[in-house]
Amino acid sequence: MTEIIVVTSGKGGVGKTTTSASLSCGLARRGKKVAVIDFDIGLRNLDLIMGCERRVVYDFVNVIQGECTLKQALIKDKRLETLFVLAASQTRDKDALTSEGVRRVFDELVADGFDYIICDSPAGIEKGAHLAMYFADRAVVVVNPEVSSVRDSDRILGLLSSKTQRAENGDGKVREHLLLTRYSPKRVATGEMMSVRDVKEILGLDVVGVVPESGDVLAASNAGTPVILNEDSDVSRAYEDAVSRLLGETVPLRFIEEPKKGFFARMFGG
Amino acid sequence: MGLLDLFRRTPPSAHVAKERLRIIIQQERDKRGGGPDYMPLLRRELLEVIRKYVNVDPAAVQINVERGDGQEILEFSVALPEKAR
Repeated sequence: MTEIIVVTSGKGGVGKTTTSASLSCGLARRGKKVAVIDFDIGLRNLDLIMGCERRVVYDFVNVIQGECTLKQALIKDKRLETLFVLAASQTRDKDALTSEGVRRVFDELVADGFDYIICDSPAGIEKGAHLAMYFADRAVVVVNPEVSSVRDSDRILGLLSSKTQRAENGDGKVREHLLLTRYSPKRVATGEMMSVRDVKEILGLDVVGVVPESGDVLAASNAGTPVILNEDSDVSRAYEDAVSRLLGETVPLRFIEEPKKGFFARMFGG
Repeated sequence: MGLLDLFRRTPPSAHVAKERLRIIIQQERDKRGGGPDYMPLLRRELLEVIRKYVNVDPAAVQINVERGDGQEILEFSVALPEKAR
């Protein structure tokens, strides 16, 4: 059975693409066959984060318009055997993406035996974002612990429960998960940042992951290596935990508390 | 944290953020007509039952679904008219 997961947020710059890339790698690393698709038509970026930008020949819109086969457009990841990237179109207008076209591509991926289709949604609530979520079985809502991001994600939750195929067919709800990014336990401790509990309470979602604020994310995007593949990073461990939870495992949350300082550190400042 | 911080007592900004969000999001959810689709009917029928006993104004009936921590709370409040008491 193929599961379609949309990674969405409403607000831009909160880490949708970073999250899409890392979750896809994490799932593929566990032997799942994964296609990760960039829905941000006109502003292709997933290819850069995945490090395959120079291998893009055909894109999502080419496939939809029948200018190439899906096989030709899927870029096979060089690191992970079962991971494939479908790039967004760079130049064309947004209307090139149609729900009929998206359905055809998904049907073909299902027939090809993919376990997961990860849809990297564009920001906003326009057509690209709508189509990215329309066929989804599950949604990972990426949120920064900050007012505008939380509010926008609540708008997205409203759309998930009304403007998706599941909602329209009365086919059960899209399962929604909260993934917090840029989390700073230190600032939470001093009361400058909302905590996991706060955001969870406001949005009423279960938490699939909490990713700490870290320079490793920028370093990873600089290199074109999804951050989950950087084994030395807490960010990688946090995404790995999120993958486990997506697969139904129960894993305690990590990196949500500041490491306790020792006596001397407290006395002399650390 | 320095010694001076002990004397500074402004409410933490995260707390302010949470309260603001709680209010605005509830408002926006209400506007979206959030809540289950049986809500309008439930509201109407409850109103009918109450009206058998007390003559209340439809606007005096507030019905709300609050989500949080894996549970949903159906909140229902009726403001009784002065005379009824």
